[in-house]
Amino acid sequence: MTAPIISFKDFSFQYNSQTEPTLRHINLDIYPGEKVLIAGPSGSGKSTLGRCLNGLIPQSYPGKVAGTAMVAGKEVTKSSIFDLSMNVGTVLQDPDSQFVGLTVVEDMAFSLENDQQSQDEMQKATAKWATTLDLKDLLTHRPQELSGGQKQRVSMAGVLIDNSKILLFDEPLASLDPASGKASMALIDHLTHTQDLTVVIIEHRIEDVLQQPIDRLIVMQDGAIVADDKPEAILRQSLMAQLGLREPLYLSALKLAGVDLDTCQHIDSLANLQVPDLTDQLQRWTAGVTLKAPVQHPDPLLTIDHLTFGYDPKAPIINDLSTTLNRGEMVSLVGQNGTGKSTLSNLITGFLTPQQGHMTFNGQPLEHQSVKERADQIGYILQDPNQMISKTLIYDEVAAGLVLRGVDPDTIEQRVYDVLKVCGLYEFRHWPISALSFGQKKRVTIAAILVLEPAMLILDEPTAGQDLQHYTEMMGFLTKINHEKDMTIMLITHDMHLMLEYTDRTIVLGSGNILMDAAPADVLTNDTIIDQASLAKTSLYSLAAAHAINPTEFVAKFVQAEREAR
Amino acid sequence: MQHQLLIGYDDRHTFLNRLSGSTKLLSFVGLSVIGMMTFDTRYLLGIMVFSLILFRFSKIKYRDVSFVMSVIIGFSVLNLVMVYVFAPHYGVDIYGTEHLLLGSSNHYFNLTTEQLFYEFNLLLKYTFAVPLALIFLMTTNPSEFAASLNKIGISYRISYSVAIALRYIPDVQSDYRTISLAQQARGFEISKKAKFMTRVKGGIQIMLPLIFSSLDRIEVISQAMELRRFGKGKKRTWYMAQKFKRNDYLALLVVALLILLGIALFKVNGGRFWNPFK
Repeated sequence: MTAPIISFKDFSFQYNSQTEPTLRHINLDIYPGEKVLIAGPSGSGKSTLGRCLNGLIPQSYPGKVAGTAMVAGKEVTKSSIFDLSMNVGTVLQDPDSQFVGLTVVEDMAFSLENDQQSQDEMQKATAKWATTLDLKDLLTHRPQELSGGQKQRVSMAGVLIDNSKILLFDEPLASLDPASGKASMALIDHLTHTQDLTVVIIEHRIEDVLQQPIDRLIVMQDGAIVADDKPEAILRQSLMAQLGLREPLYLSALKLAGVDLDTCQHIDSLANLQVPDLTDQLQRWTAGVTLKAPVQHPDPLLTIDHLTFGYDPKAPIINDLSTTLNRGEMVSLVGQNGTGKSTLSNLITGFLTPQQGHMTFNGQPLEHQSVKERADQIGYILQDPNQMISKTLIYDEVAAGLVLRGVDPDTIEQRVYDVLKVCGLYEFRHWPISALSFGQKKRVTIAAILVLEPAMLILDEPTAGQDLQHYTEMMGFLTKINHEKDMTIMLITHDMHLMLEYTDRTIVLGSGNILMDAAPADVLTNDTIIDQASLAKTSLYSLAAAHAINPTEFVAKFVQAEREAR
Repeated sequence: MQHQLLIGYDDRHTFLNRLSGSTKLLSFVGLSVIGMMTFDTRYLLGIMVFSLILFRFSKIKYRDVSFVMSVIIGFSVLNLVMVYVFAPHYGVDIYGTEHLLLGSSNHYFNLTTEQLFYEFNLLLKYTFAVPLALIFLMTTNPSEFAASLNKIGISYRISYSVAIALRYIPDVQSDYRTISLAQQARGFEISKKAKFMTRVKGGIQIMLPLIFSSLDRIEVISQAMELRRFGKGKKRTWYMAQKFKRNDYLALLVVALLILLGIALFKVNGGRFWNPFK
């Protein structure tokens, strides 16, 4: 057996700014050529472990270290980031921020420039990796011109160009649409084999990573490794939910259908899954569930009529789009990056002015209403809470909108306290916002909008970057206000789980118009739409199709059963 | 599209584009320094014409720079007025004669030909370098810009931070727009409808989130750079650096001759000023 390329022995780490260690007694060996997935909820220490691999810990994040950590024969605590970077290539979560160069080719050559290589050598190396990663036509493009998937390929090229043998991915799926995420996983798998790489992926979306084979799944919780085994073994024990991770959908479906997991083989890969009498068991379950009639929302709230908009009027982004959103609906808006999902919300909120078309809200035309007037009725919550927060204290932030509207102080206090209670932030009301986690900040921004009592909410990627627990809390909270206040909620999302499990209606945008407007289960079982809108088939679809069950019916019944269980 | 506030690089396929960034930077700095020193009107007019001809060759459209131009003209005029207000007799002091146009010599605010001539020289000094600066900025690829700063001896860390700033300008602009609109939706009125002070306050409301999101960005980008060994060595190479070609030497020669001419004129005039009143 060869020696491990990464080896942690009784390794603990505590940030100087923290009172408790973030990593506790880590023992971990990773061997050359392995492809390892490190999963765990937010705050479990998985990102910290990643920082130990590339030397950011303890160089950029000083703290107390105990035990040893060896990477490619170098002791992490005694090596510089520069030394380790020759062995470990890191692809950061947000490809936008990793993009240092002004063009693709400069970004690829960035580390070579720092190694003072000659222009000839750099040209040779960039040409080689541009071919491998299919970037040849993009070399002179600027980062703003690239799609998420392309940016990520540039990031990979920028670290692979060092010929490092260990590749570390920090949440590679976070900023990709489902189709690009799938392609990215396939590319990583291909590179692992063709370039003899050792790959470490840090990600909490296990199902998406498992689309390609993984040698080992390491689950972290509270700074310790709680599971380290082949994915199959861990999935079989049904530990996922307990550990705050989302188990693959098909697995949940198998459990719902009462399949005994001990009888299953190759449980980590749907394509190879073998279960005796599975077709029978699934068909029996499907037949046994009756679909309830969907709740009707007959009362129109927002009517969009032949809306057209383009920064360049000759190339409209939204082209003659008409639709109606009803009161009390929970709608998901999906589609490829750049198809105008945000543009549409900006038109609704008045951030942009359409070239043609009308909108009416609650019977009133929107044309002559200012951004502020519309905001009284339609709340828009941006993806990044940091772009919305303008005060330092939670109470002030939530009260700001009311103060500006000249509401009297007693009423303000009453309404702010009420909304903080709804959002589960009442205990924190006197806290500074900087002390909150990302998910809590997001809730503060929602509270700051809810306090204005709008009739409709638009949320851009409400669950991005949140683990299962926070995700469930956030969506539970939105579902609650949707039901209790009969509020119309539109979610802009890439998350297929989210649209399937929480929304009643999905609007698919593509080439300036609505490609499809139907129940989520219908959308996610329509091959053409999935392809056009860069969505991805869920494993439920494949499972149903493989066992002669109508996928739409199966998916709908699964969702219904899940919601009832919730 | 959004109003073009910032001046940007574009490959306009002219010989000026093909010159190396270092050549353009050196020429610009050299001509600016000599132009700032001399008060020889003939020389200043000469360089002015020279830079206008180059500007014509650069194929930069006036529309692209009109905003910057109007800002510069506005400031120059303001400055000239202020010079007159604070020192209406400075021209007389310099040139030693007094040709009155308005008022009498014991008035504080009188107008002399000498003062007008002096301020005309100032105007030339303020403006002759503007076309040169625009040519340099708009015909030099931003990446090569950093390389050329580094080549004339500025540390590569500083040079690269200039390039990075250029890289992030569009991102920060779009952040600003998003934040501004989000704040307006909350009820901060910053449009022209609101009073001046309200608008200033609204502006501050945008700055806080903008600063926070920019700080986050800086932290991530500096990590990304460190992870790819930025700052390891004393030097670095540049993928986009251009080698000096024949035209570069030629251009530098022309500029050197112009500078020498300027220095020679100091001798001839016996100082920085050319005095037509003698």
